[in-house]
Order: sequence, then structure tokens, then C-alpha cells
Amino acid sequence: MAGNVWIVAESWKGSISDATYEALALGRELADGLGVRLEAVLLGHGARAAAASLGRADGVLYVDHPALADGVGEETSRALAALAAARGPGLILVPTTNVSWDLLGLLPARLEAPLVNFCREAVVSGGGVEFTSLLYGGKMAATVGAGAGPVVVAVLPGVRPAEAGKGGAAPAVEEVVADFVVGGGVRWLEYEEPEAGDVDITQQDFLVAVGRGISNEANVEVAEELAAALGGAVCGSRPVIDQGWLPLVRQVGKSGATVKPRFYVAAGISGAPEHTEGMKDAELIVAVNMDPSAPIFSVAHYGIVEDATDVLEALAEAVRKRKG
Amino acid sequence: MKILVLMKMVPDIVEELEVASDGRSLDQEYLRFIVNERDEYALEQALLLKDGLGATVTVVAPDAPEVDDVLYTARAKGADRLIKVTGLPAGSGARATAAALAVTLPAIEGALPADLVLSGCQAIDDLDGFVAPLLAGALGVPYLGLVSRVSVDAAAGKAQVMKEFAGGVMGRFEVSLPALLGIQGCEKPPRYVPVAKVRAAIGAGGIEAVEASAGTAVAPVEVAALAKPEAAGHAEMLEGSAQDVAEKVADILAARGLL
Repeated sequence: MAGNVWIVAESWKGSISDATYEALALGRELADGLGVRLEAVLLGHGARAAAASLGRADGVLYVDHPALADGVGEETSRALAALAAARGPGLILVPTTNVSWDLLGLLPARLEAPLVNFCREAVVSGGGVEFTSLLYGGKMAATVGAGAGPVVVAVLPGVRPAEAGKGGAAPAVEEVVADFVVGGGVRWLEYEEPEAGDVDITQQDFLVAVGRGISNEANVEVAEELAAALGGAVCGSRPVIDQGWLPLVRQVGKSGATVKPRFYVAAGISGAPEHTEGMKDAELIVAVNMDPSAPIFSVAHYGIVEDATDVLEALAEAVRKRKG
Repeated sequence: MKILVLMKMVPDIVEELEVASDGRSLDQEYLRFIVNERDEYALEQALLLKDGLGATVTVVAPDAPEVDDVLYTARAKGADRLIKVTGLPAGSGARATAAALAVTLPAIEGALPADLVLSGCQAIDDLDGFVAPLLAGALGVPYLGLVSRVSVDAAAGKAQVMKEFAGGVMGRFEVSLPALLGIQGCEKPPRYVPVAKVRAAIGAGGIEAVEASAGTAVAPVEVAALAKPEAAGHAEMLEGSAQDVAEKVADILAARGLL
């Protein structure tokens, strides 16, 4: 595969995201295996300083433009497509996060390039790259090839430890001009922070997480009882947020928080990649699910195939008894 | 206001998934299909806009097992027009689907232009792309994804939408219409509709079947093999009654000094 490996650096609210460093670590391996350069691409306005932490790359291509200040996908995808058309990278790795979401969706259309989605592994094989993508909520893994570049790769968070993508001397930064059309019909106005006053789930030692498998809203109270017994809080996966059983600030995973408590109970949560990216680094994970093949059991330390509510109830009782 | 909602069927992953004998695809024999969950939120968002401002809502879905029920359910909830696109089998891939819709939709009388095209922001089988941004690119309209609130100022030709970022932070955006939005959520869960109303919609019929025109898509990514994921690790399974396993978990917590 000719062409360099690119990693699109994600800068949000002034800092480079962990997902960027994770993808950077993967990109380093691929570039070394292919014998090409690893280049980080940073798009922004007055954001050049952020490039200093991308030292695991061989160099940084920085595009500065007022239209790129707010990270709107309509503009960033055009700028990146213009740059790629001029430079001919072989692979373009993009972190799969909400910040890069629109860029990721639009770039393949702008570049007329293939996309490998849900990528959780990539290895150099026979001069090309073989990707592994998680499909069907993490229940299947597809081994994927993608022909000649450029290929856009949506890299799942957690593909490598973020630490592996940090370090290295400040890289050479080349400021480049991308010739793109401004004014895509989408304008960022403001951020709305979640309402203060609710618990901060990222600061809890004990988290009781509930998912679709708890079946109804009344069972959130059972989880609350266990959380109270442990001295922690209740959080949830997407389906319980969608139902309005818990507010968005209690969501773990994509759109929500990344948590690392000392103890995490996943009750009735199947373990789709969108959820596990936010909790896989918890110190101790116990998963309860009726489906023995639920992907959550490959992330958990201990697993229980049982009705989630029954186990939460019994565990609350056991904890109360021991705490006296 | 005219709203087009794109829905599609995906494998029901509550059922056990098996790999077909070709080693590269799902075994169709035991496969059940359900509507892509995010698409239900796209429909709900369209219906909320219709409730508030008045709109005609057209639902478009590629043909697939059970899709008629999904379309009639949409009708029972309030959709005005139902279109089934044939010749695009489930699992065609986002690239082929978007490319086909890009030429098929403009040819359907009255379907386009729509002020808003809404679609679920992603699906569990989107291996080669997301339909919404690909279609937006092909139709040349603005796109924004991960949207969970939409309000429209039809006179100004603009919408204000909320997009989800991380940690509960939302971004407020202004989008010029017509536009294509990838929907992540709604201010309310999808509305319930009684079975009797769905039956009545089925009885009344009215799904328009339209043959897809082939679009030109880039070469698809190639699946060399499909398999259950090799887990890096697996949980140690605890067995027994709920009380038994609760005691075992309490033992583990106590041993770690967590109780």
C-alpha cells in the first residue's frame, strides 16, 4: 500500500482526546509495518500549539482556517478531502467519537474512498492491511480488506492504550493550505453543559449500571438500593437514557462518560462497543445478563447468567448484611 | 413542511447469530429482522415536528423481511406516505444503499425535495459507511449527525438542532434547510401505538413499491471472514441462585477491601 498513514487528531475544547492517542498508537504500528511515514493531521484555527503532544507521529500537517474553528463536519471533511486529494495518503485513521462523527461520515463521500467502520484491530499483512471490525453490537467480528488507498478507517476507542500514543519529542509541524469550499449550511452556536446538581458518575468508586435487561423503570429503584448500600451511584447504557429512566449525564460510553470506578456492576447490559468503551477500565467488573453470549462477558471479570433485577436485589441485601 | 424518514431493517441481535457456510456472512435461516433502533427515533422526531408544526411525513425503507409491518406501524403512528424500495436486499451495505437512494428518491414523484430528511445516525451493520452522510453528500445538502433535538423555523428555512457530544454536553447548531440529519435520540421515547391501529393500517394497505435504480458506489470493502469475536478475556462465571451469586460477589468485594 503506497501512501503515508494519517491520523486525524481530534481537538475538542482545547485539548487532544484520548481516542486520538489510542489511534495514534495503532497508526504508529501500521506505518512502521508498511515502511511509510505516520502523519497526524490537525484542523483548526489558532490551534497549532495542540500539535506539540503528537510526538508519536513523524510529523504533523496543520491546517489553520477560521471555518475550521468549531469542528463542523461539513467544513472539516472538505478541508481534509482537499488535503488528501493533494497528498495521497494510503490510510486515514479517524477516532470514532462524537466529536469526529460528522467528519467520519462525510469524508468517504467527499473523497469517494472506502470506509472501514467499527475497526477494533488492524495489522499489516502481505504488504496491505487487514482490519477487524466489530459488527452487530459486538456479537460478530469481520475480517476486512479494502484495496488501494486512500482508505478511511473508523477506529473504535480503546484500540490501544492512550499512553502508547503519547510521548516523543515535539514533532515537526508543517502548516499546509487546504483548498476547500466554505459554507456548508451548518453553523455551530454554543455548547450546553449538563445541568449541575446531579452526581458526577466519573467521581464514584461504586457504580451500578443498568441497561435494557432491567426491563422497566421501576427496577431502576432496585439499582438505586444497591448503589446506596455500596455508597455509589446508578448509571446506565443508552437504552435506559432513551427511555428517559435516567438523564444523559448518567450515561456511560459514547455520548456519555468514561468511568473507572473500583467496582462496576453491569446489569442487563449487552456490552455493545459504544458502552464498553466507557467502562472497560473499571477495576472490578461484574456483569449480569440473561444472554450467556452477551459481549459484556468478555469485558467483565465475573459474570452471572441470571435475571439482572433479582441479582441486584440479592446483592443489595448481601452488602447491607455485611456492612451491618 | 415535508419530511422524509429513512428506515431500514437489521438483524435482531437478541437472537443467536450464526455464520453462513460461506464463512463471510450471517446464516439467513434463523435470522430475524427488526427495524434499526435509531430509525425509530428518526420517525418519532418527524412525528413530533408534524404534531407541532404540521408536516407530511413520508417513510422510505428498503425491502426486507418484516418491513411491511414496520411501515404500517409508522402509518398507524401518523406517517402519511409509505414507500418500499425493492431490489436492495438487506445487508446491501451503506454505500450501495446510499448510492441507490440518491438516484431512486429524486425519481419518486413528490418525495423530494423535502425540507428535512431524517435517518437513524447509525446501524449495527454499517460496516462500510453511514447512509445519512453518504446520501447527504450525494444529494448536496447539509448533514449533521448524532442529533437528539430538532426545532424548525420553516419561514426562515432553518432548523436549530442539538447534537450530543461527550459527558452529557450538547452542541447547539443552526442548519439551513433542506438538510439531512442523523438522529440519535428524541425528547421522548418512540410513541406507543395499539396493535388494533396497526392492524387497521395493514388492512387499509397503501405501501408503494418502487424498484431501486442502481447507483454508482465506490468498490465495497470486502469481508474475508465473519466469526464470533475472539475475546481477549472472558469473565469467570458465577453460578447458583441469585442469593448464592450475590454472596459470592460480596465475598469478592470483601476480599478486595471494598466492603
